[in-house]
Amino acid sequence: MVATTPPQALRLLHKPPRRPRRPRLSLGTPISYLAAVLVVGITLVPILYVVIGGFRTSAQINSSPAGLPHPWVLSNYTNVLTSSSFWHFVGNSVFIAVVSTGLAVVLGAMAAFALARYAFRGREFFFALFMIGLLFPAGVAVLPLYLLLRQIGLLENLLGVAIPEAAFALPITIFILRPFLRAVPGELEDAAVVDGASRLGFFRRILLPLSRPAITTVAILAFVTSWNSYLLPLVVFTNPQHYTLPLGVWSFQSTHSVNTAIVLAFAALSMVPALAFFMLAERRIVGGLTGALKG
Amino acid sequence: MRKRTATVTSSKAEHRVSLPVVSPADRAASRSARRLPNLRSKLRRLHKKLRLRTKLELVVLIGPALLLFVGFVLVPVGLAAYHSFYDWNGYSYVTRYVGLRNYGEALETSVFRGAVLHNLILAGLALIFQLPLSIATAFLLNRKLRGQTFLRLIAFAPYVLSEATTAVVWMLMLQTPNGFVNSVLKSLGLGGLIHDWLGSVDMVLYTMFAVITWKYIGFGIILFLAGLQGIPTDLEEAAALDGASTAQSVRHVTLPLLGPTVRIWIFLSIIGSFQLFDIVYIMTSGGPGHASETMVTYLISEGIDNTRFGYGSAVAVLLFMFCFVFALIYQRFALRRDTAGALTGMVT
Repeated sequence: MVATTPPQALRLLHKPPRRPRRPRLSLGTPISYLAAVLVVGITLVPILYVVIGGFRTSAQINSSPAGLPHPWVLSNYTNVLTSSSFWHFVGNSVFIAVVSTGLAVVLGAMAAFALARYAFRGREFFFALFMIGLLFPAGVAVLPLYLLLRQIGLLENLLGVAIPEAAFALPITIFILRPFLRAVPGELEDAAVVDGASRLGFFRRILLPLSRPAITTVAILAFVTSWNSYLLPLVVFTNPQHYTLPLGVWSFQSTHSVNTAIVLAFAALSMVPALAFFMLAERRIVGGLTGALKG
Repeated sequence: MRKRTATVTSSKAEHRVSLPVVSPADRAASRSARRLPNLRSKLRRLHKKLRLRTKLELVVLIGPALLLFVGFVLVPVGLAAYHSFYDWNGYSYVTRYVGLRNYGEALETSVFRGAVLHNLILAGLALIFQLPLSIATAFLLNRKLRGQTFLRLIAFAPYVLSEATTAVVWMLMLQTPNGFVNSVLKSLGLGGLIHDWLGSVDMVLYTMFAVITWKYIGFGIILFLAGLQGIPTDLEEAAALDGASTAQSVRHVTLPLLGPTVRIWIFLSIIGSFQLFDIVYIMTSGGPGHASETMVTYLISEGIDNTRFGYGSAVAVLLFMFCFVFALIYQRFALRRDTAGALTGMVT
């Protein structure tokens, strides 16, 4: 879409009023809405169940599992929110997710750049090497990882989760970024070099800003993966002080299994950060996957 | 001379060292032949410097990622492969070499075979149900609907929730006899559908599939939505001008153009099905009676819970080999056409 042909350029200049889109779809519209309602319903019901259930008491839930709160009770939420452990979990999760996303994106983008725009012997080998990583679930490596972390003293350390998670996020980061970086036309690089940019300068000043949407996508993937990861923290942390939110939800559920209501409140609150983050980023994910070079 | 320039600019188009390339034509046209040797040696020096610089750049660019990846992914996996030949509990010093016995035991154990079968069933169900569902939803969300943004947010929401939260929530909802799902069924007059969702050997795998679908369908939707938005509307408009109905245009224009995205989705989905762990482990630990065991839950429960580290490692290696063989075959027959990946197709 970069090679703008004259008619397209004209169209861009004049910005003709957008044609009203396809009126002939009118028949499909009610069906679409019906389907939409279904999608929303199926997705939303469990979330609503959790959120609303948090406002009930366990006695209410036991007597009528699908009912509405009567009366509405705030104590579950306030109990969770005033407990220090919840905030500990949040803090740990944030730290780990930020560190591992940062590492994965920065190092992954650099490697993807080299693998996309340099010709050197062994390039495809290195790419394939990283891609092998796509085939490993964390489960395959988790016990040797545990031993390794014990050896270098990273057990019970937030970095002991953040660093391996970054390593495991690298393959998908490179997998998505490389074609993106590759697709930027060579003319741009030539132009930058003519204007005196080094290759790294071209990468930093031109390629990175151009591929910001892809980078955002990759960052979100890495963040969500790290935020949600369960197995590695489970193995690395035994001290609840270090628990991340997913571990927290699980341990909270097992210790309060009689008190369904407070577990629901805890689960509801544990959803908030992920959902909030996602709301902020959603437009960028989808827009990012597509609009790459239009800017 | 020509040979040397050829090594710089290499065969591939993406390698562009923009030296003032001295093509024979330029040479003849511009300078007298006598000044050439000087230029040539200058060029050679420049070239040498450039090559060194390129090498340095490569080291700086790839080095850190490679180090991290090798240190925390490949080495542990390699160690797992090594330990798979030993009978080892993961802690003591004593290791007993057992050759391929761990592998033999795994392949003969009905629990492991069952786990493989469960993984295959889940992968197959995903292809049959999740693929059409996510494409259809993506089509839907790609249309101009009132509240479209809201709809998208909702459809993607489960994907960002953690597996642990998802598992805990569904566990509570699926409680028997009096969980949310069962009581809703009862009040809808569908009491016949009431099941012990997680406790029944026949039911549990399909319950898992439903939960997994709820959780991961958003990813497919994101992928296909991106794919759809990458298809220029001109094409559909052109098809419409040529008299194609919406259905025809979807079938003959849009779906074929979604091909690369579909192939990527299938790949990721199958690999993901093979590697399923968290939700199953939290909800059932593979039970009841191993009815929802997957390869990874099996390897964790053997390797960590039973501290049979060597045996667990053998299971891990088998899992990896399944994924690897599948990836090779798939790469060979399906992905080759678009090795550049589904995502590039959308860019250019």
